[in-house]
Amino acid sequence: MGRQASDMKEDPGFYDYWPYHNRPKIEWPGGARLAFWVAPNIEFYELDPPANPQRAPWPRPTPAVGGYSIRDYGNRVGHVRQMDLLEKYGIRGSISLSTALCEHHPEIISMCRERDWEFFSHGIYNTRYTYGMSEAQERDMIRDAMQTIHRHTGQACAGYLAPALSHSELTLDLFAEVGSELFGDEGGIYSCDLFHDDQPTPIRLRSGKRFVSIPYSLEMNDTIAYVVNKIEPRRYGQQIKDNFDRLYAEGADSGTIMCIPTHNYQVSCPHRMRAYEEALEYITGHDDVWVTTGREIADYFLEHYYDDALDDIAEKAVAGMGV
Amino acid sequence: MSLDKSYLEYPQRSHGMDHDRYDWSMLSERRPVAWPGGAKLAVWINVGLQFYPLNQQGTPFKVPGGMTMPYPDLRHYSLRDYGNRVGIYRFFKAFDQYGVKPTFAMSTRLAERTPYLLRAVVERGDEILCHGYHMDALHYGGQDGAEEAELVERSIDGLRELSGQQITGWLSPAKNESSQTPELLKANGIEYFCDWVNDDMPYRFRTDNGELIAMPLSTELEDYFVIGQNLHSESSWVEQVKDATDFLLTEAGEQGGRILALNIHPWLLGQPHRIGHLERVLEYISAQDGVWMASASEICNAWQVQQEVANES
Repeated sequence: MGRQASDMKEDPGFYDYWPYHNRPKIEWPGGARLAFWVAPNIEFYELDPPANPQRAPWPRPTPAVGGYSIRDYGNRVGHVRQMDLLEKYGIRGSISLSTALCEHHPEIISMCRERDWEFFSHGIYNTRYTYGMSEAQERDMIRDAMQTIHRHTGQACAGYLAPALSHSELTLDLFAEVGSELFGDEGGIYSCDLFHDDQPTPIRLRSGKRFVSIPYSLEMNDTIAYVVNKIEPRRYGQQIKDNFDRLYAEGADSGTIMCIPTHNYQVSCPHRMRAYEEALEYITGHDDVWVTTGREIADYFLEHYYDDALDDIAEKAVAGMGV
Repeated sequence: MSLDKSYLEYPQRSHGMDHDRYDWSMLSERRPVAWPGGAKLAVWINVGLQFYPLNQQGTPFKVPGGMTMPYPDLRHYSLRDYGNRVGIYRFFKAFDQYGVKPTFAMSTRLAERTPYLLRAVVERGDEILCHGYHMDALHYGGQDGAEEAELVERSIDGLRELSGQQITGWLSPAKNESSQTPELLKANGIEYFCDWVNDDMPYRFRTDNGELIAMPLSTELEDYFVIGQNLHSESSWVEQVKDATDFLLTEAGEQGGRILALNIHPWLLGQPHRIGHLERVLEYISAQDGVWMASASEICNAWQVQQEVANES
């Protein structure tokens, strides 16, 4: 199923080069200099999912007891731990949701609804990949997920992180289009799939819809820290604080965004909670931090800064050509 | 290009799990558990006494911690053997110094090969649970059913005969299973097993032959995962165990009894430069108020009795 080089693009074409200096100044609500959001991934992995031609869901033959059961730990044990901790520090989660969890574990959905958390789409199951889907299939999957969130929470889904970060070239287009079909301008307005910036970026779509990329840091992601980079819990906590310190300082010039993406099967393990709590206490102990959600950041940027950003990007492109 | 339409069908998409092995349940919503003597934290120190054979077959994968070099991989064979010759005797001293009651997960083949070590464990009066036949005798999806049935029976019966203990617990090599491993364990008189890492407390697990108890033996906090695979320092491992102990004690104060399950290996922590770090951990844990040092089956039984009382009331 590998693609021929001639079928693949050199660049996804979503955005132009936009240097991180002399950009139009962003000020967050209340004069805040940093928008801080936490995105707990609440996921459902299947014990025996259908095979995808390009990616195996589990490294070992079924039943994948180790991989499956640690993910289940996140829902059985970890979720409430992190939820209580976020509540203690006045943080509403922006949930990257495997939407089948609405059917499997509605108890978790209720708890999050009671706390006015945001739900955004992370596909249906984290064991169903976008790879190999036709455009119609991917559109159906995206629509199913957004409708499921609406049916169970009443929310018009604003954001997307593709399931297991599996994409097609059309993923962002389809998400934005289905969002408009279902919910008009309320639905399908931001993506968490791109890691190119510390500020929001207007994204170029085939529909021309006003749509933004909101920074959702891969580097601050607990699974990247613990599973890929295999770092110590206290070092992860220190990285979070260091990341905050720099973005907070730079936010005095123009508002920045900091996101901590988490997974209840990683960050909520007993030996990792202290480091995480210390980091949250540190961040929320600062003035001029806007503790918010992904949708609120996207809405605010679209309303106040999106047009200025487009103009500035165009100006800098022209300036570049004068060299 | 498209996928088969079944890829967009979701036959298990309904309340609860996507299988029938156990019920969906959130830890925080369960009835609080009380440990004997009003303890808050049951401490289960689980020691792997493992035999890694030199003639490793690696079916269907090379067991983590096993041979990695071309045959004969003397370095890994002998380094694992070190644990059973040297490291374990350092462990015994440390356990006695800090009043720890360990549980030993033993390969049946090791019990056959080292009767002196087996007798030392038996004479201590500590519980032994079956850790499979040896570390290269894996249980796995697609394994021949009769072959696995013989393997389970040989492992459990052999360990019962050699140890004289009842042997009610099981830990699969590499925590790997086939889809019929739980049925085979129950058919051979096993009452609890420790392969699934989806909880911090015991829960009921269905098999075609009746229920097992799944006991929570954390992989994320074990010495081999933290030090051997993640390459964290020994000091960091000590800090992680202390943080876990503190966290679980606090949670137990709010939600009822919890378990600190620490899986450790004498071939790793039994080294001269690491044993002191294990001692620091045991010193810290044993100094806490509200700690109950217990064997795996004692913890399992204490939990089970309360579930039965709860069901009757």
